Amino acid sequence: MVPLSYYLILSAILFACGVAGFLIKRNIITIFMSIELMLNAVNLTFVAFAAELKSLSGHIFVFFVMVVAAAEAAVGLAIIIAVFRTRETLNVDRVNLLKL
Amino acid sequence: MHLVLFLIFGALCVGAAINLLAQKHPINSALSLIVVMGSLALLYLLLGAEFVAAIQIIVYAGAIMVLFVFVIMLLNAGEEEVLPHSSRVAVSLGVPGLILGLAIGIWVISRYAGLDRISIGGPMLLNGTESFGNPTSLAKLLFRDFLLPFEVTSVLILIAILGAVVLARREE
Repeated sequence: MVPLSYYLILSAILFACGVAGFLIKRNIITIFMSIELMLNAVNLTFVAFAAELKSLSGHIFVFFVMVVAAAEAAVGLAIIIAVFRTRETLNVDRVNLLKL
Repeated sequence: MHLVLFLIFGALCVGAAINLLAQKHPINSALSLIVVMGSLALLYLLLGAEFVAAIQIIVYAGAIMVLFVFVIMLLNAGEEEVLPHSSRVAVSLGVPGLILGLAIGIWVISRYAGLDRISIGGPMLLNGTESFGNPTSLAKLLFRDFLLPFEVTSVLILIAILGAVVLARREE
């Protein structure tokens, strides 16, 4: 029996890795993958609490998070393709049309 | 036993997440993310969430990551920042890790074969509540109490498909 706190610590580490990747990385696809990592960390928290509280609502919420993540990945990658067509780059520092 | 499995796959999870940050080429980051998602699926199994573990593999590691890898290869991403040692890291860590994982899996199966406590089909953590986390109990909740949100997600997916097609279409 693994204590709940271990799962929460693991989830926190994964979320921290996701935030760090979001901030450090300059490649737009890697930044997008960091967002997926953060969503996964949150899902782990949901499932851990569902097991601890013996409630299935956490599993349902993980299901909806996955649906939203799939939709977000499809639309986000389409946007990345559109940006690459116009800017010919994946580096976020070069995609600065809105910057003054 | 649960603690050992948790420590192994939790460490694998954290290691792959750090590897995602350390790699320069996006395809290596994508493969690290697949390792994270696979390890998380096993942690979900440890928590008795069979259905969530299955859709973690199918939707995340299957569909979403295939989409990522496809886009990375379509756009020929990261060609100018390929480091010569990036593939050596994958070989020097991935192959022994794979062998170790297989050895542990075989050891677990050979040691606990015949004990229904560790059977794949049943919840491993929660004794007594045998219908926890399996598709039947989840479907009862999803199609009765959460029917409206479930139907709304189908509309969301439809809009996402249309949006992706419109956004990725080549301008004439």
